[in-house]
Amino acid sequence: MVAPAARGLSALALERRRAAWLFLVPMVVTVLLVAGWPLARTIWFSLTDARLDDTAAPAFIGLENYAWLIQDPDWWNAVRNTVSFAIVSVSLETLLGLVIALALNERMRGRGLLRAAMLIPWAIPTVVSAQMWGWMLHDQVGVVNEALLALGVIARPLAFTADPDLALWAVVAVDVWKTTPFMALLILAALQLLPGEIYEAAEIDGLGPVGRFFRLTLPLIRPALMVAVIFRALDALRVFDLMYVLTGNSAATASMSVYARQHLVDFQDVGFGSAAATGLFLVIAAATVLLVTLGRVRLGAAEDGR
Amino acid sequence: MRAILLLIGATLLAPPARAEVTLALSCGSVGIEARLCREGAEAWARDTGNHVTMISTPAGSSERLALYQQLLAARSGDIDVLQIDVVWPGILAAHLLDLSGALDAVARAEQFPAILANNTVAGRLVAMPWFTNAGVLYVRRDLLDQYHLPVPETWRQLTDTARRIQEAERAAGHARMWGFVFQGRAYEGLTVNALEWVNSHDGGTIVAPDGAITIDNPRAATALAQAAGWVGTIAPEGVLNYGEEEARGVFQSGNAVFMRNWPYAWPLVNAEDSPVRGRVAVALLPRGAGEGGRHSATLGGEQLAVSRYSRHPDEAVALVTYLTSRAEQKRRAITAALNPTIRDLYEDPEVLAANPFFGTLRGAFENAVARPSSVTAGRYNQVSAQFWNAVHTVLSDHGEAPAVLQRLARSLERVRRHGPW
Amino acid sequence: MSGRRLRSLAARALFALLLLVIVAYTVFPFFWAIVSSLKSGSALFSAELFPADPAWGNYAAVFRDRPFGRNILNSVVVAGSVVAVSLALGASAAFALGRVAFRGRGVMLAAILAVSMFPQVAVLSGLFELIRWLGLYNNLLSLVFSYLIFTLPFTVWVLTTFMREMPRELEEAAMIDGATPWVVLTRIFLPLMGPALATTGLLAFIAAWNEFLFALTFTLTDEMRTVPVAIALISGSSAFELPWGRIMAASVIVTVPLLVLVLVFQRRIVAGLMAGAVKG
Repeated sequence: MVAPAARGLSALALERRRAAWLFLVPMVVTVLLVAGWPLARTIWFSLTDARLDDTAAPAFIGLENYAWLIQDPDWWNAVRNTVSFAIVSVSLETLLGLVIALALNERMRGRGLLRAAMLIPWAIPTVVSAQMWGWMLHDQVGVVNEALLALGVIARPLAFTADPDLALWAVVAVDVWKTTPFMALLILAALQLLPGEIYEAAEIDGLGPVGRFFRLTLPLIRPALMVAVIFRALDALRVFDLMYVLTGNSAATASMSVYARQHLVDFQDVGFGSAAATGLFLVIAAATVLLVTLGRVRLGAAEDGR
Repeated sequence: MRAILLLIGATLLAPPARAEVTLALSCGSVGIEARLCREGAEAWARDTGNHVTMISTPAGSSERLALYQQLLAARSGDIDVLQIDVVWPGILAAHLLDLSGALDAVARAEQFPAILANNTVAGRLVAMPWFTNAGVLYVRRDLLDQYHLPVPETWRQLTDTARRIQEAERAAGHARMWGFVFQGRAYEGLTVNALEWVNSHDGGTIVAPDGAITIDNPRAATALAQAAGWVGTIAPEGVLNYGEEEARGVFQSGNAVFMRNWPYAWPLVNAEDSPVRGRVAVALLPRGAGEGGRHSATLGGEQLAVSRYSRHPDEAVALVTYLTSRAEQKRRAITAALNPTIRDLYEDPEVLAANPFFGTLRGAFENAVARPSSVTAGRYNQVSAQFWNAVHTVLSDHGEAPAVLQRLARSLERVRRHGPW
Repeated sequence: MSGRRLRSLAARALFALLLLVIVAYTVFPFFWAIVSSLKSGSALFSAELFPADPAWGNYAAVFRDRPFGRNILNSVVVAGSVVAVSLALGASAAFALGRVAFRGRGVMLAAILAVSMFPQVAVLSGLFELIRWLGLYNNLLSLVFSYLIFTLPFTVWVLTTFMREMPRELEEAAMIDGATPWVVLTRIFLPLMGPALATTGLLAFIAAWNEFLFALTFTLTDEMRTVPVAIALISGSSAFELPWGRIMAASVIVTVPLLVLVLVFQRRIVAGLMAGAVKG
């Protein structure tokens, strides 16, 4: 009665599972091949005294590097800089990205132009755009100061990248400029996958545009939005080029990646640098867990158990 | 198995004894410098029947060092001859061949001793001096003449002169005028600048040649406190994030009286379209006040080195010898104002005819002070970063010089944690 | 005119103004890049908006000094291959992760994401060893290989998310007709996911196109360089000097084809949407 049907279903489910593994294998093998060794090596070296200028085999020293790391005020300063940078820039990017995506999703004049314009910042290589902003923000010959002076916003040129209090904001402004298109595009893709009927229903229910956005659109695009936020947060927490080019190696404004690079490369301290990189990984992992929990991102079993 | 295959491959690919070899050379990737290097290498290749491939590397020295380290740590023979910065011999020594054999006593005596000492690590000459560099003071001659002021001899005079001209020029409507620009960004260039201030006040070289940490001394503190007094008064606040090009930008636009920079800026500030063309002079950097005060300029410049992993070390050494020879250095000095490391070339009439300001430079090179890179070896970058961060703290008014230097000395002791440097 | 209409008009005007500010913010630096690319020498130190004497020579110089055309081709090949591989692997994995319930799914998604949590500079040395061991050094394949480390986690995650949102009825209907999972994926889901695929591909393409550190480290000769490295290696006539005009000219040159590509992709996004609308 019930049993044969159930067995039939489970056979089907089993077959689906087998198929699922077949679908997964190429990706998993590739990820292991590409990332397995580099990541294992970094973690291993973080437990040794490896140095670049020392050709002898590195010795295992346990958690000593980590002990040094947590004692270093520069490291905690870098953590603070990076986390505040990430929070501010990702929030701004999410807001702006939403505005742009909603605008692009509307039928309106000049939409194509807006789309192309929006993507320009994302398309310029970071190495170039960071330097370009460095020049634009120059305190004596930069165009930004020139413009602000002309508009009467400021009375004398500001040293955007030299003043530690301003530098973080300058970096945030450039990052928002650069990566809002990433957000906007992903959100736009989510918006375009929404079925049109729900809006018709909403119209009948008399929901205004604001209500429609908060009651319908936002909940529906939340999964995609959260993935975009997670990946932006990962990138922001690993911020390197921007800080490095705009503010140099200054300990006052360094990010965690700048700190790790400095030890890994400039100071040739592969062991300690790897520990810093692993520390950075742990901070990011914690942030991701937080985001996944707060954003209620589904990771595991779907509720319908299929 | 793999070894056997490699061996067979090597035998098949190995050139017959008399045939040419191909060397990979990484020298300056920069405009005329790159061209001169290529021409030199091609001339050598023609003479000896070998081939030379040019490898271009990033112009930023930090990126270039990272790339070299990556290749050398992997024991890669992909680059045979490398151009290295004056502070790298200590860092890369383990991967470089000893070139002592290629420099006889006569040739040795012709070189600037400071550079040779800098390039010698544990008794091995790991890099051959190629061209050199030292900080100089760029001066707006026209402004000094206009206000009847002499070229400053001491830092105090520089401060006063800069302030007077700055105030007078601003009163005359030139609102953007500043007295002095230098490299104040938190990077290697700040170490260079600050070492000049400290050393000209007889405050040592951060770490003495015997390895002792000497930076915590009152003369060094005086020097840094003086520099901190410039920021916001005679130097723009933005100087805290200036590298060489930012400083040149201000000076070349006619907005600064004095600039500390390398000799590279000379042809540029005198270029056709430069607003200050013909109104600039070059002078030695000022002395510190008091007894023991002296002119001092930090040594810069580039060397050529041979990788230990080169498959053709003999040819590589020959190429280095050729490129650093007197004839090559002279040619490079005449065409591109690259400063020779052979001393008497500064008296060579042809060289002087092409570069009239070389006379001043020789004085700068004789006074050149090397950064403590040979003694701190692999830890140099860390020492330098600690130093520039400390100086940056003082300049940005986040700490008093004596206290900051005391902290710096303590943290340098920590950097040294594994015994003698 | 009613108050309500007036309010909505005001709201729309405000919205338009906001868009205008955003456009100015995004476009001005590019405009500035174009202006700078037409300047040379001391003019670069001035903030004039329209160069009096445009220096078109910067554009010619970009192609004269280096095999820049070849560099662009390299970038296209590398970024194109990376996107093709990532989308193929990502879409099939996303089907398994998004549509089939099995134990360890969450762990796997988390593990894939963890790959993206290490700073690039930390995995650099390991990848370098791997690439030398595989004999891919100074070969464009090394870049295709190494870029997967950041494009794969991204494509897998984004496509999995979109795959989950696909209506279940479509799949069930197809399964009743006896369609295999492969058919369901390629014939039903992928066409529906046009906008998502195009967007993910575009973002991955640009990420690969702009990558600098790996490209600098894993290639050696000018013929193998990609665009960002080639631009970073453009240098002035002496050390320290930045040839700003030429760098900007090169940046403008490489941005324009990218914008064209974006416009083409965008048309695809709209096309995907319409196809979806018809079927849905």
